[in-house]
Formats: sequence, structure tokens, C-alpha cells
Amino acid sequence: MTHSVRILLKSPKFLIGAIATLLMLALVVIYPLVNKSDPFEMKALAFQPPGSGLPLGSDNFGRDLFLELVYGIRTSVAVGLIAGLCATAIGLIIGLASGYVGGWIDNVLTAVTNMFIVIPSFIILILVSVSVNSRSSLVVALIIGLTSWPWTARAVRAQTVSLRNRDHVNLAKISGHSTPRIIAFEILPYIASYVVMAFILQVASGILAEASISMLGLGPYNTISLGIMMNWALVFEAPVSGAWWAFIPAAFAIAVITFSLYMMNTGMDEIFNPKIRS
Amino acid sequence: MKNADVLLSGTNITKVFGYGKHKKTAVQDVSFSFHEGEIVSIVGESGSGKTTLAKMLMGLLKETSGEVRYRGKPRQLKSHADRKKYWKDIQAIFQDPFSSFNVFHKVEKLLTDCMKLQGLKLTKEEQFRKMKEACSFVNLKFEELHNKYPFELSGGQMQRLMIARIFMLHPKILIADEPTSMIDACSRSTILDMLLKLRKENNMTIIFITHDVGLAYYVSDTLYIMEKGRIVESGPAEDVILNPKHRYTQQLISDVPKIHEEWNLAN
Repeated sequence: MTHSVRILLKSPKFLIGAIATLLMLALVVIYPLVNKSDPFEMKALAFQPPGSGLPLGSDNFGRDLFLELVYGIRTSVAVGLIAGLCATAIGLIIGLASGYVGGWIDNVLTAVTNMFIVIPSFIILILVSVSVNSRSSLVVALIIGLTSWPWTARAVRAQTVSLRNRDHVNLAKISGHSTPRIIAFEILPYIASYVVMAFILQVASGILAEASISMLGLGPYNTISLGIMMNWALVFEAPVSGAWWAFIPAAFAIAVITFSLYMMNTGMDEIFNPKIRS
Repeated sequence: MKNADVLLSGTNITKVFGYGKHKKTAVQDVSFSFHEGEIVSIVGESGSGKTTLAKMLMGLLKETSGEVRYRGKPRQLKSHADRKKYWKDIQAIFQDPFSSFNVFHKVEKLLTDCMKLQGLKLTKEEQFRKMKEACSFVNLKFEELHNKYPFELSGGQMQRLMIARIFMLHPKILIADEPTSMIDACSRSTILDMLLKLRKENNMTIIFITHDVGLAYYVSDTLYIMEKGRIVESGPAEDVILNPKHRYTQQLISDVPKIHEEWNLAN
């Protein structure tokens, strides 16, 4: 374990991604402690350009855009994390169950997984978001998580099927270990690095999915997320007013977060994949 | 040997994989009886179903039809407790030592797990003494090994550790699925000698699965020759090798490369 972490820290791609993510998270955690004002408070006239008091200018309601951005990143990352956790957990459970148990359970679960893969998840996301009445950021995160697990499930299943017939699993069986123990100690450690990679990818796509539905106006209520900021900028015609500061920083923040997460994922992929393949 | 008790026997065992168009019969109508203290070899080429048969004997695969009897009674493998009881008596060594170890666990865990399977409650010193004894049986130094990970060992050392595991468990039946095919010739004879020594000490039945007729002849009392999922010939090793009746057995024996003769690949 410590060995893997040490190799990871030698990968420049992983390092760049991890440092960018950590810096972003540090900003998001520390800044609200320094600047304690309410992000919804109106401080200036509408669409003031960036200046001394307002580092990123003001939006259509005259609110501090930098403070909004900080709170927006916070919500978006939280939504992405919850969605990623949810999707990875469901994918892992379904993949392990169908891969390890096999038989008709495998057939049923694979059929369900394939159905979810075939239906574009974004359509389900929009339909569910429209039909749900109260959308808190948690509900949105869960909806995203519930629609994005199939690829993880499929990959975990494939890995589990190939591991199930290895001799060390057979040896554990004839040593009298129980099935949950075999899954936990003989299968999971072998796919752990893959699962972590899948989780990071799920977080990134969760953040993107939240931004997409929020831009369509189907995002969470009573909160600020990066997608909602973009949505406000669109609705209140910031591009027409030439107020680039209302949407460019938000878009840039989305790009930086997802990019750094993808970098981490690629860095891990380069290191762990040969190990998984062997 | 014939008068000894029949320990494990099977009648008309068949294993079919898949269904419909993809149906594949791996083992067909195989019957056998293994006696106590006997070394039995199951010989056949790759894909002849010998490993599938071995897995069924271990209780890792369920036979499609037929019946396996252990000590004269149909064996019970329904519940986990039943299986655990069965595996106390029947153990195995696998073909590939490199994939038989969990790379995340230290070597020591393999041996402590044995004591757990036996349900022994021992103090730390007793455990240590038992593991040391098992390791010295296979000419390994426990002090040097216990803190290592499997990938730090050589193939021969790994396979010897597997034998140490069997030594600790002292099962009634050992199924050795090509235990020497992945290691060099030098370690091969050591491993075989250790297996024979195990039999001598515990009166263990060894079911030796191999593709090497010469090796099978060297170690075993009884031979079973498998071709395409069927047993085509069986009997005392001497009879089968010196007086083969079936065409396939004759071919297997003539295919053994001989050092002093020119090896003719044409036939």
C-alpha cells in the first residue's frame, strides 16, 4: 500500500493533478473562513467589472462573484464526491456480485447493466430531475450517482470473473474461508487500484453532469454551484452585456477541476494498469 | 494395495459447461476408486479434462451428473460447514505457484490459516514451533521467510511452502494438479521426493495429475489415462505402461522423448 503511494508520487501527471485539486480544495475551505460575508448578499451594482473590492466583479444581482465562485466550487465538488461515491459503491456491489457468484444472477445483473448503458444517462438525469419536486444538492448528487454506475459495474465484473478462477482464490476456498472473506481479502485488494481510478473518474463526470443539468435550469435549489452560476449568467444575459467575468471564471473552474481529476486518473492508470493486466 | 479401504470413489461422473449451442462436455462418464495410501496418477494431454476432474474431486466444481462417494458415503457439500469438514480431509497443490499466493498477504498467513482451518487454539510459541517444523520439513528456514511477501520468493520455494501447508494440514487425500510443471527440473525431483515422504509419514492418498507419463510411472501405483474427458485405460502402473492396450496410451508412451534415441517427430 505505502509502496503504491510512493510510486504514485513519482508520476508527474498524478502529482500535477493532485496538487491542483488540493490547492483548489484548500482555497474553497479556507476562503470562507477569512471572508465571512454571505454569498447571496448584494454588494454592488449589476455586472461591475473586476476591481479592487470585487476580485471577479459582480453578477446581475450585484453579488460578489469571487465569493460565489468559492461556494460554487464547494457545492460542485460535494455533489461530484457524493455522486462518485454512490456510483462506485453501486457499480462495485453489482460487479462483484455478478462476477463472483456467476450463473443466472450474473445473467440478470449483466442484462440490467447493459440496459442502463444503452439508455443515455443524461436523458434519465433530465427526466428524473424534472419529475422530482424538491431538489436539494444531495438529491441531485444521488440522481447523478444512480445513473452513472453501469461502466464501473461492467469493468468490476470483468476483473472479478478473471480473478475468481485464480488459484489463490481456490486455495482460499479449500482453506475454508467464507465467501464475504474471500471477496474482501482475495478479490478486492486486486481491483482496489482500479476502483479508486473509477471513483476519481466518476467524481469528475459527476461534476460535469451537475454543471450540465444546472445550466439547463434543472439543478439544485437554494444553493450556488458552478452550473447554477453559468445558468444565471445565461438567464440574465451576461454575454449580451459583455460581462465575461460572470461565466468565464465558473467555466474555467469546472475545466480545472475535471482536468486535474483526469490527470490524476491518467497518472494512476499508467502505473496500475500493467499490474492489473499481469 | 487393492485390499486397502476405498477412500474416494466416483461413478459415471460427467461435467458439462455451458448450455444450448455452447455446451461442452469436459468430463464424461468417469468412474474411479482411490484407495487409502495409494498414489494415483491421472494422465492426459491438455484439455483432456483432468483439471476439471480434479476440481470436482476438491469440491470446487459441482458435477453435472454422477456421484462422488467419500468413505463409502455420498459426500455432503451443501453447507459451508460441510465443505469445511470435507476440506479438512482433502487438500490440493496447484499447478502455478506464482498464482497460488495472495500477493497482498505475507507468507506467514498461509500457514496460520492452516491452523485456523483445523480449529486449533494454540499459543504464539506453539504456532511458531509448528510453522518452523513444517518449514524445516521442506528445507526452508521459517525465520528467513515469515516476514516476506510471495513475490520475493522463487517458484520452487513457493511450491515447497505449499507442501509445508499440506504437511501442517495432514489431509487424508492430496490432489496435486501438475505441481511440478512450472518449476525447474532440479526443484522438480525435490518436490516429488517431498510428496513421497508425505505419503510415507501420514499414509496419505495422493492423486497426481500430470501430462507426463514417465513421471506418473515413476511415482504412482495406479494409472488412469484420460482422453477427451473419458478414462480410456486404467490399472496398476506397471501393467498400463509395459502393456498398454488402448491406442491413445500407446501413443502417449511412444511420445515420451528418450535421451538415447533419435526423436522422430514425424509420427
